[in-house]
Amino acid sequence: MLSGTLSLAVALAQASPGFAQDRPSNGESAVEVSAEGREIYEQICQSCHMADAKGCGVPGAMFPALADNPRLADKDYGSIILLKGRGGMPWFAGMLTRPQIAAVLNYVRGHFNKYQDTVTVADLDRITTANPPVPDCNCGH
Amino acid sequence: MLDHFTAPTRRDLLRVIGKVGGGAALYQTMTVLGHAAESHFTGPPQLTGARPGASVLVIGAGLAGMLAAYELTKAGYKVQILELQGRAGGRNMTLRGGDTVNELGSVQKVGFAPGNYLNPGPWRIPYHHRTVLHYCKELGVALEPFMQSNHNAFIHRKTAFGGKPQRYRDLTIDFKGHVSELLGKALNAGALDAAVTPEDKARLLEAMRSWGVLDKNMTYGKSEKVGEQRGWERPPGGGVNGAPIPNDPFGLSETLDSKIWDQLGFFAEHAMQTSMFQAKGGMDRIGKAFQARVGKTIRFNTRITKIAQDEKGVTASWTDAITGAAGETKADWMVCTIPASILGQIDVQIADTKKAALKALPYGNSVKIGLEMKRRFWETEDAIYGGSSFTDQAIGLVSYPGHGCFSDGPAVLLGAYPFGVGAYVLAGMTPERRIQAALDQGAVFHPAHYKAEFSNGASLAWSRMPWILGCCATWTEESRAAHYQNLVSMDGRIVLAGEHCSYYGCWQEGALLSSLDAITRLHQRALAG
Ligand SMILES: Cc1cc2nc3c(=O)[nH]c(=O)nc-3n(C[C@H](O)[C@H](O)[C@H](O)COP(=O)(O)OP(=O)(O)OC[C@H]3O[C@@H](n4cnc5c(N)ncnc54)[C@H](O)[C@@H]3O)c2cc1C
Repeated sequence: MLSGTLSLAVALAQASPGFAQDRPSNGESAVEVSAEGREIYEQICQSCHMADAKGCGVPGAMFPALADNPRLADKDYGSIILLKGRGGMPWFAGMLTRPQIAAVLNYVRGHFNKYQDTVTVADLDRITTANPPVPDCNCGH
Repeated sequence: MLDHFTAPTRRDLLRVIGKVGGGAALYQTMTVLGHAAESHFTGPPQLTGARPGASVLVIGAGLAGMLAAYELTKAGYKVQILELQGRAGGRNMTLRGGDTVNELGSVQKVGFAPGNYLNPGPWRIPYHHRTVLHYCKELGVALEPFMQSNHNAFIHRKTAFGGKPQRYRDLTIDFKGHVSELLGKALNAGALDAAVTPEDKARLLEAMRSWGVLDKNMTYGKSEKVGEQRGWERPPGGGVNGAPIPNDPFGLSETLDSKIWDQLGFFAEHAMQTSMFQAKGGMDRIGKAFQARVGKTIRFNTRITKIAQDEKGVTASWTDAITGAAGETKADWMVCTIPASILGQIDVQIADTKKAALKALPYGNSVKIGLEMKRRFWETEDAIYGGSSFTDQAIGLVSYPGHGCFSDGPAVLLGAYPFGVGAYVLAGMTPERRIQAALDQGAVFHPAHYKAEFSNGASLAWSRMPWILGCCATWTEESRAAHYQNLVSMDGRIVLAGEHCSYYGCWQEGALLSSLDAITRLHQRALAG
């Protein structure tokens, strides 16, 4: 219940970004984000981290690679960033459900890296309760 | 005695207050009198008397940076701008035939016919964005009306009306009619007697009857009166068959399916109300006009990699994006307008609280897709002149050019402008797939012509722009409270400016207001220090 209320608050915050910005309109999109990790990656993540997850840009102006990323060995690392955002990257707690966040993290950690342990919704709930600080940027990676 | 007394007119009064108390007092008074409440702009800053030889380094040649350079030069500072791109204007840009879109991961050549264009970033200017309007006038940028809303354009929702788009006009009139009828019923049943006085109840009933176009039984339905708002099965004509035939309103439930209140609420917003304007020939005319004034001070293709400061001045380290050569530029002061999404990744000597602010400022994403059609079938076939049709598909909307109406030959539609999920979905596609998706989805509005009349297209995904990696800064109430003042405060010899340093996020007005505020404080500090 508590987490439900929280994620609604975050969803609202994302839908109305503070002050009325220039934007197309109000109202929710009917675009359905998949439940499946690979498809979520293609629908959302690759718009910045690229289809091969190798990131892009140059140091000082880049999206970090998610492929072969040692920081992702810690399964909480990606979870915290997806839940809370970091730097220019928004949080996705409003756009994706917790099962979707877990699914896409498991895809990125398993497919583009070799990490075998899985992120669960319980892990995400644990992080929400503990509320750890956002880890430092690994933009140099 | 009284005969000789004439009350000062409002304007006399303002003139006196302006003289005695200066601009700030004038602004306060005007606000109290109900003028000017829309913008903080009180006229260009009157900065004069810079110390001889004092210099300012401006980072970024977007609107915030170029306005800073323009006004600081007038004040007597030696100004240099360093800009990463080979062009000025920043997010203020326009795509025309022959242009190249360089995204991370792809290159597109724009194929629009001469005279046609797409504004991939800013495209409209509300009538109360006084700073933008002022500098357009001062710099000679011609403005023309932007068609903000169009009653004859469409609303499409996948789950409403079996997926068939309906006219904005029909939905808004029916929504108003049904809600009026219901409020009338509630009032007549006495359900609101505790909330309204008998006098207000009578006035509300009268209001609902007239505003909602209800009949004598206080019901909403097919009638000539409703036809006068909603349009007709057969419109009024001349001669024998001149009598109009009204059409059938939609029922309450199907009207609600359309969620038409989303559009009604959107157009009710202060920044979305009419009158709305656009720069004639493309929004980049504004950036170009600033460039005509300060262009000589811009060093292009200059990527700032590090910013340092001490009690004597500031130093920007850079690499030349073309030759790879490294260099340094020094000055007494700095105005830095690099977007937070980039600045947060650069080694900058500023307070930790400022760094924390940069780290807490995510950027949204958006995509715009321009589709050049061989002719204006939306005008000839659907009587849509400017404005937008809205959909809950990924593209978000289709927007029709309000300039050049009735002309023959090709015209460019805005075939997509989503925020949120739709923006990520389209940004992650190749440029070719984006065009295909835009055609597939936009065809819902104009099935007979959309694909048949398509000629060529171009798109720009903001997350793929290497110099910003996003669209605009996204503040929340919490992040404002924790970080905003820290971000905008002057830090030694450096002040940050730009859209992200304002409460007018994702508007050119915000970029300009932030710049004026930053240089005013910088000037005060420079004179004091
Ligand atoms: C999709 C979209 C729609 C919009 N719609 C509207 C609208 O309808 N009306 C409106 O008024 N506004 C609109 N805006 C907002 C408007 O475009 C911005 O608020 C404004 O242009 C921002 O100006 P700026 O000077 O703050 O930043 P920018 O224009 O982004 O300027 C920053 C400059 O810094 C440069 N830079 C970056 N990194 C470095 C580096 N390392 N070294 C040197 N230089 C660097 C960049 O190249 C850029 O030129 C829209 C924006 C977008 C993206």
